[in-house]
Amino acid sequence: MICALAVRGYGVVGRGGPYCPNMGVAATGRPDLVITTPAGLYCPAGGFHIDPWAKVEMAVTTHAHTDHARPGSTRYLTSQTGKIVLASRFGPQFAQAGHIDGWAYGRRERVGDVYVSLHPAGHVLGSAQVRIEHAATGETWVISGDYKTEDDGISEAFVPVRCHVFVTESTFGLPIYRWKPQGQVFAEINAWWRSNAASGRLSMIACYALGKAQRLLSGLDASIGPIVLHGALRSCTEAYRAAGVSLPATGHATQETARASGGRAIILAPPSAVRSAWAYKLPRPGGEMELAMASGWMSVRGTRRRRALDKGFALSDHADWPGLLGAIEATGAERIGVTHGAVETLVRYLRECKGREAFGIATQFVGEGGGDEAEQPADDATNASEGAGEGASQGASEGANA
Amino acid sequence: MKAFADVFDRLDASTSTDAKHAALVAYFREVEAADGAWALAVFCGRSIKRAASSTQMKRWAAEVSGLPAWLIDECHGQVGDLGETLSLIVPDAAADAGRQETPGLAAIFSEFLTPMTRADEAGKRAMLVGLWARLDQRERFVLHKLISTTFRVGVSRGLAVRAMATVSGVDQARMDHALSGQWPITSEYFQSLRILGKAGVRGDAGEAAAGGEPPSLQPYPFFLAQQLPDEVDRPDLLEEQLGPRSRWQVEWKWDGLRGQIVRRDRAAVWSRGGELLSRQFPELIDAAEGLPTGTVLDGEVLAFEGGRPLDFSHLQTRIARVQPTGLLFVDVPVVFMAYDLLEIEGRDVRGEALSTRRAMLEGLVAGLGHPLVRTSEVLGASSWAEVEAARGTSRARGVEGVMLKRVDSEYGAGRVKLGPVDAKALGAWWKWKIDPFVIDCVLVSAQRGSGRRASLYTDYTFALWSGPQRGEGELVPFAKAYHGKGMTDEVFVKIDQFIRGHTIGRIGGAGIRLVEPRLVFELAFEGVQASARHRSGLAVRFPRVNRWRTDKHASEADTLGTLRALVRS
Ligand SMILES: [Zn+2]
Ligand SMILES: [Zn+2]
Repeated sequence: MICALAVRGYGVVGRGGPYCPNMGVAATGRPDLVITTPAGLYCPAGGFHIDPWAKVEMAVTTHAHTDHARPGSTRYLTSQTGKIVLASRFGPQFAQAGHIDGWAYGRRERVGDVYVSLHPAGHVLGSAQVRIEHAATGETWVISGDYKTEDDGISEAFVPVRCHVFVTESTFGLPIYRWKPQGQVFAEINAWWRSNAASGRLSMIACYALGKAQRLLSGLDASIGPIVLHGALRSCTEAYRAAGVSLPATGHATQETARASGGRAIILAPPSAVRSAWAYKLPRPGGEMELAMASGWMSVRGTRRRRALDKGFALSDHADWPGLLGAIEATGAERIGVTHGAVETLVRYLRECKGREAFGIATQFVGEGGGDEAEQPADDATNASEGAGEGASQGASEGANA
Repeated sequence: MKAFADVFDRLDASTSTDAKHAALVAYFREVEAADGAWALAVFCGRSIKRAASSTQMKRWAAEVSGLPAWLIDECHGQVGDLGETLSLIVPDAAADAGRQETPGLAAIFSEFLTPMTRADEAGKRAMLVGLWARLDQRERFVLHKLISTTFRVGVSRGLAVRAMATVSGVDQARMDHALSGQWPITSEYFQSLRILGKAGVRGDAGEAAAGGEPPSLQPYPFFLAQQLPDEVDRPDLLEEQLGPRSRWQVEWKWDGLRGQIVRRDRAAVWSRGGELLSRQFPELIDAAEGLPTGTVLDGEVLAFEGGRPLDFSHLQTRIARVQPTGLLFVDVPVVFMAYDLLEIEGRDVRGEALSTRRAMLEGLVAGLGHPLVRTSEVLGASSWAEVEAARGTSRARGVEGVMLKRVDSEYGAGRVKLGPVDAKALGAWWKWKIDPFVIDCVLVSAQRGSGRRASLYTDYTFALWSGPQRGEGELVPFAKAYHGKGMTDEVFVKIDQFIRGHTIGRIGGAGIRLVEPRLVFELAFEGVQASARHRSGLAVRFPRVNRWRTDKHASEADTLGTLRALVRS
């Protein structure tokens, strides 16, 4: 039995909504190692949830984005660096109290009837794929969480893990999404910043607080001008530094720093802030401020236009279409579970065009204000009528991380 | 294409008219003239025939990307625009392939989109797919916008006109006028627009060019003659169409450089293209200084020696270099052969009848009495038959035929568009040129063209047999040509296909294909002379393709000896 839930109406699945107790039954007739429950993905043999969206006893957490890591569970298991990032979100006391276990990548421990290990996902600092191997049968599942296949130089680079069943995300699961090498995108961003600075206009770039902001920092050419951050980006950036990632010096984005830079500064801010009162109050030395956004969604012109951006840079922490297909191939998996994005499309493509056994897994990730790129940026209210596209009508909010 | 995609982005991202204006101005200033001409045409909304349907493009994109149609539909749903969707899904050129130079906008039209409109389905597909692989995604998107005849970038024609007006420094009304109707989409025209405000020329934009002289030395727009249609090419027909011989002034058609001598506070020599030639021909300036102030003569600068004109190539050596002033003698002597008077005593007399202007001209030139300024002879031939007979002596005289000008004609502006022949039209001037030389030759190599008409493989090199008889010896290249009356679009495409299918070699980076010597063409040309620079030892003037001799085999083409016999002694 294949359970391919309709995914278009993400919100209906999840808490109290219909769910599929078994995602599928392997040819062996054994029950699945991981199933969906109202609280999210659950491993019965190990007695833990993976990225649950409700409070649970034990939450194996792939990474610290809010749509994967929710506060309130009794214990968390994540990677060593993931723990630093998670602690910055939950508060250090929480981590010190022993609520968060931080495992080195590759450390393999028995949990109930399964062995669990974490492997780099390349998504953000500390992001992990979760490998689950049944102690008796040897059946192995890998839950990818969010991942990207390009090495960004600051997150631990993605490694493919062999398994029987691979549960992959599919945020950018359409062939229209193909990223340029990040060096090329950084060059474009720096050129844009440089030209703005030359004409004395402030540059502001909208980016997600965890992952994207730091990745931008790693690629910005600090010789162009001062780099200043919106308050919502500071704690994540400090967490990266605490974990040993070297990033250029940054200041606080305030009216004073903006003015003092003479328009040479670049301001990094979460998408929700770039049209807030805070942004409007910033001084505009060169008359206008140049506004850009860095997100995989920016590869489509309509998304750029609906937000009335001066510039959109397609820079994503998720795998693009070739990345997804390559990762799936590399696992050697017999069955592919697809979640978190273009589920129906990727399932159909894998079945019809690749002859793979693929099934969809409903998620509740989207629509809860995750502060992750998984959501397409919402349109500005004034332009909302133009944004009739499906993705745009999901009503995803884009609040900054706590 | 990159520059055009850049300006597209800037226009696309901006909602402010000022920002769009600034982006357009910067683009028009910097752009290669040929590309600028096409960009301007696009912004002005000139309609361009569709190169491929969206159904075809979608099908080919599916084929090259290996994606099923349903998935492309899903992508389309996500993106909302089919052209953008296809630009995103077709494969990029392999990164290690070393991306070729991206074709410019003009090349996109002349080498791809225009030929595609007349190619069959397979031809269209091959051209588009090949182009996809040479462009990045952003450029492909813009390409698809160009193909989809509904190109909108938030630039109105008015905005484009305003930007060009700013670039050239003229007012909008003047630029608007220059961009009305079917203006030629050529680099020359674009360049002339770009410097319209800097040109010291009052003529239409197409004739204008840089000058740098004060307004007081500006010439008048040149009045141009029409080619006499072949249908009237006989004395009886001339009588019928043009009326009595007596109504016409007949002159030789000189093979020189059309120009005006302007004598006001100083003297200047202008070419028809609006170029100031005073520094090339200082002796004419010296001569013109003797004219009364407020005089403008129209005529021809001719290389001239021993009472007869020299071949045009001699004049070219003079045009190419600036002469030191006060020089004692020049290697190529020139004269100014005046045939019209436009201004006398500071008065514009272009509205007077030709006969009146002619009388005044003769008086002026006689009064000047300078050997370098002459009046063009008016032929006495008393009937159309005698005119025809005189025309027959043209080649021996070193002229190109005869000019027919109505004695009561005004000096008009530009080229007056007429029906086949409209004798009643005022100001009708006709040139009745001698028949060109023709020779049958073999196509031996080809090159991609450039410019408006040039598309596909359209620049041809032709060869003649080196042996004493046709079909003997080897084929020696002697002329290049890329147009002619025999070359319809259909013929171009057929020949292009032949070339692609019969390439026997390639030459270096120039993109030259050597082709099997099988196709015979009749080449027309105006003259031939010995030339050490050419392998054939001969250089032909104004070669053009008259017709494709599908009835002839390559062995029936002419020999170099035939051509050599035509060299003027
Ligand atoms: Zn994430
Ligand atoms: Zn996510």
